[in-house]
Amino acid sequence: MKAKDTKIWIAHLAVLAALGVLLAVLPAYHATNLARILTLAVFATGYNLAFGYTGLLSLGHALFFAAGVYGAALPVTYWGLSPLPAIALGCLAGGGLATLVGLLALRTAGVSFMIVTLMFAQAGYLTLLYFGQITGGDEGLVMPDATALIPGLSPDTARAVIAFTLFAIALLVSLIVIRSRLGRVMVAMRENEERSRMLGYNPFTVKLSALVLSGLFAGAAGAGYALLFGYAGASFATIQYSILPMLYVLMGGAGTTLGPLLGTAAMFYLVDGAARITTATLLVVGVALVLLILFAPKGILGTLRERGARWIP
Amino acid sequence: MSFGPFLLLAVMESLVTAATLALTAVGLSLVFGTMRVVNVAHGEFFMLGAVLAWFVTVSVGGPEWVGFVAALALAPLGVAAVATLADRVVLKRLNYEPEATIVATIGLLYILQQAALTFYGPEARPVEPPFNFRIQFPWFGYSGYKLFVIFAAVAVLLAVWWGLTRSKAGLIMRATQVDRDTARAFGINVDRVYAGVFALGAALAAIAAVLIVPIQQAHYLMGGEPLLLAFITVIVGGLGSLRGTVIAALVIGLSDGLIAFFYSPTLAKILATLLVALVLVFRPQGLFGAKA
Repeated sequence: MKAKDTKIWIAHLAVLAALGVLLAVLPAYHATNLARILTLAVFATGYNLAFGYTGLLSLGHALFFAAGVYGAALPVTYWGLSPLPAIALGCLAGGGLATLVGLLALRTAGVSFMIVTLMFAQAGYLTLLYFGQITGGDEGLVMPDATALIPGLSPDTARAVIAFTLFAIALLVSLIVIRSRLGRVMVAMRENEERSRMLGYNPFTVKLSALVLSGLFAGAAGAGYALLFGYAGASFATIQYSILPMLYVLMGGAGTTLGPLLGTAAMFYLVDGAARITTATLLVVGVALVLLILFAPKGILGTLRERGARWIP
Repeated sequence: MSFGPFLLLAVMESLVTAATLALTAVGLSLVFGTMRVVNVAHGEFFMLGAVLAWFVTVSVGGPEWVGFVAALALAPLGVAAVATLADRVVLKRLNYEPEATIVATIGLLYILQQAALTFYGPEARPVEPPFNFRIQFPWFGYSGYKLFVIFAAVAVLLAVWWGLTRSKAGLIMRATQVDRDTARAFGINVDRVYAGVFALGAALAAIAAVLIVPIQQAHYLMGGEPLLLAFITVIVGGLGSLRGTVIAALVIGLSDGLIAFFYSPTLAKILATLLVALVLVFRPQGLFGAKA
């Protein structure tokens, strides 16, 4: 048991170290891509806590992501807040909205839950359009340039540092959560809600905690994405941004800690590579979703875990 | 124009929305009721119907009404064929698992959208209405074609209702809906019923699209809005209940149209989506459905 714990921690820290080295040595273009992947992977890691571990298939995470985007972007644009507190604010905005949505949506389950979350996200998107004067609507707001992220650092370096820090925190928090008591109860809810209830756990509070955690991650990712890449727009609240983390998680492996990162990177380069050959990038997303759900519903790491590497958390 | 005629115009415009919405939503509702599949790609079947209608009218030529009649016959058939293929290749293999089929139909949505973008292009293109005459009211002239849309939609809905309640195929479908396993035990080919229902649902969306395309233009992204409205309608009307769906389509089409006419389309949609979310949370059987 102890040896297994050590192995898991070493594996995760090694992944983080490798990412840090990559960010430092890669040329600027690729480092920026990696920063983008890491920020999106924070979103996917959060989604994984709800979907992969707790079995909450939400179609509304774009709402929490967009809450992060605007939770950070509005204070920066209108009150000149500095970026780091803005990210914290975005994180809280994501968590706050997730609490609100969860309180209502968690009264339903399964297909109803998917539709309710979808509808809330859609209402959020439309609200952003409705207040287009403030939010910029579909055209969005352009953030002040990234040089101001961390005083004294070049924009590229600052971007890499922030993206890496966000992802490292997300990965370690997710690892700690799923290895804690709460994490085990979350999995119990996914596997058999009735039995867990009989054992004295309250499904509502467990699921709400998972959703709120997930919302905090999504908010942090949204805030980071807006500030690091200098753009906030209503398009971040569209259904596409609810589908993406689901796709990343399905690809990498639902219910594995490193799956979201792997899935995000794989999809990113798949779409990027496809964009070079053809303009049909939507096709890649669509075909990937259909093939994954048909032939590999457990994703890359999930399949590996099934085939022998049982220790993968 | 004073308020009375203005209201009349708004109501008539909304009735057109309600009519096509009812067709689209009944298609979605049939699929959900019988197969328990939430078809996220339903809006794309609608879009495909409109795009095919454009292709048909352009390639047929001759007077407008010939092309239109051809489109009304061929576009739903084409869409039904695509739907059958999707059912056979994807949905059946997933064993109609509700959550897996949602993910798969999201994939299908992207595939169909991309196909339309690649083969049809990003432009919005109009289809000529089959006839042009205006009905002259004392206050405003009104397109006769829009009235035709309303009547055509009612006729199709009546035909669907008749087929479901009076024909043998309808009986088999209802039997499958009530209890899939017992139906199979009585020798009903459930796979074929599912394929048929999925095709029928898609064809209904396509008919709605062919009817609306002379008023709106065909565009590869046009599927989003009918999907959202159809979802709202089906949920408010009670999942799987046809009568509820039609009533809800009327209520939602009218209220959406009226709010959009007098206030703002975005506000109307915000209210409608929130309404759906709350209905699902507090009254999962729908506003008009019976207590489960």
